[in-house]
Amino acid sequence: MSECVIPTLTSNEVVASKSVLPTGWKADLSNLKGLDLTLPMLELLRRSTSRLPQDVIDALVKGRDAEEEGSRAFNTLNDMVRNIILADGQVTPLCQDTGTIIVWVRHPFGLSQRAAKQQIRAAVAEATKRSWLRPNCVEALSGKNTGTNMDPFHEGHPAVHFEEWDKPEVEIAVMQKGGGCENVGAQYRLPDAAIGAGRDIKGVRKCIIDAVVKAQGQGCSPGILGVAIGGDRVSSYEKSKELILRKLGTPNPDPKMDAFEKEITNDLNTLGIGPMGYGGNTTVLGVLAEEMYRHPASFYVSISYMCWSSRRGSITLKTNGEVSFD
Amino acid sequence: MIRLTTPITEDQIRQLKVGDEVLLNGRVVLSRDMGHKYMKEQKPEWLKPILENMVIYHCGPVVKKHEDGHYSFVAAGPTTSIREEPYQADVIETYKVRGVIGKGGMGKKTSEGLQKTGAVYLHATGGAGSLLAERCKRVVDVKMLEEFGSPEAFWIIEVEDFPLVVTMDSHGGSLHEIVAQQSQERAKALTA
Repeated sequence: MSECVIPTLTSNEVVASKSVLPTGWKADLSNLKGLDLTLPMLELLRRSTSRLPQDVIDALVKGRDAEEEGSRAFNTLNDMVRNIILADGQVTPLCQDTGTIIVWVRHPFGLSQRAAKQQIRAAVAEATKRSWLRPNCVEALSGKNTGTNMDPFHEGHPAVHFEEWDKPEVEIAVMQKGGGCENVGAQYRLPDAAIGAGRDIKGVRKCIIDAVVKAQGQGCSPGILGVAIGGDRVSSYEKSKELILRKLGTPNPDPKMDAFEKEITNDLNTLGIGPMGYGGNTTVLGVLAEEMYRHPASFYVSISYMCWSSRRGSITLKTNGEVSFD
Repeated sequence: MIRLTTPITEDQIRQLKVGDEVLLNGRVVLSRDMGHKYMKEQKPEWLKPILENMVIYHCGPVVKKHEDGHYSFVAAGPTTSIREEPYQADVIETYKVRGVIGKGGMGKKTSEGLQKTGAVYLHATGGAGSLLAERCKRVVDVKMLEEFGSPEAFWIIEVEDFPLVVTMDSHGGSLHEIVAQQSQERAKALTA
């Protein structure tokens, strides 16, 4: 069981051959009113649910190789790699909790957000029908499952964010965030006497350490943390999630935050929680932090915990009609 | 590696210790949040013959319904167990359950229940949905599908060599408690 599994995924050509987009499908951005995002969105979901981003795989492999060969931590990370290979090859969900579907659409002037939302919902419903997504949308009090992943009020699920930008392209990013890791996210209001955290970077560090210790293995460690410093309660949490879209290993544009991320990642990996909380050297795969602005009276630190199966991806529709996935 | 097949006797369970690696075979019953609340509050009789000496799996699977009406599991890893902490010990005692599969571990109350009835907590790798679905060989039956919805229903399945680690045994041992304590101490040193 303990040999090093090499994470070889199917080639881009094979992935493309399984695409739901017909060969030669082109986006016509000169006619934004006529643009239909349903198929590109469906293809994005097919990939995100079954194929883990390369940077996350690299981080898991690096973690495994830092564990003692044959240890439970090593074997667990090895099993994670096995699961990644299997899900990709079969096009089956990496995890049965296919998560809350969170979508960010960036688009030029002229795109109808109302129409785009309908198309995204249609793609989510179709992906559910194809068993790429589990029906994860239930009525809060009764727990009644709508069965389709559709929130009839068009509010909570899927969660779609729009932003108009200056570029001519349309970009859709998606995140599938499981319930287990969502439950171990935390928001702190500084100063926090209970953990002795003041209104400075030292205080922020205490919040992060506290949240990771409280999470133990329950958010499916090794996790990836999005940390927003500042904002209000809503914008801060929202930012902390969006930060998880950034690729692991890419530097933070803010040098101060970049240094902080590296330092806190090393510290967290000395906690000994390890993969799935079994003990080990790999407790987090990375920390992605950003400083925001805030009201003088409020100082929030919001932490979103993403499980090791950080399912995310994006699709860009270009003016020449080409479609690219990342 | 220890091979176990359900139904399991109390004697078999008492021999298991924290850290033991287990390959589970036979019938397993899936249940999570709605099922545990229902079992504790309503104690339905019909579940007794289904659960006695059996293993409960905290899992909400992705299920495929085939054209001929039969079901199979597409992804089926464990869900976080701690949410069942208020219910688990009672469920174990009422239904004489011998094992609970999940992830993340459970608390003191469940540990006491495991000791009293003679049961263990078995940890599966979270997020390994496709890998673990391969070991879920057959869906035998499903109960409360209409009432609870697919992720919460009582799926009765057969597993083959399902890979698990005993992280809480019937003698009060808990790997989760040890890791939690050690990490808390380390956190104190880091923030001193």
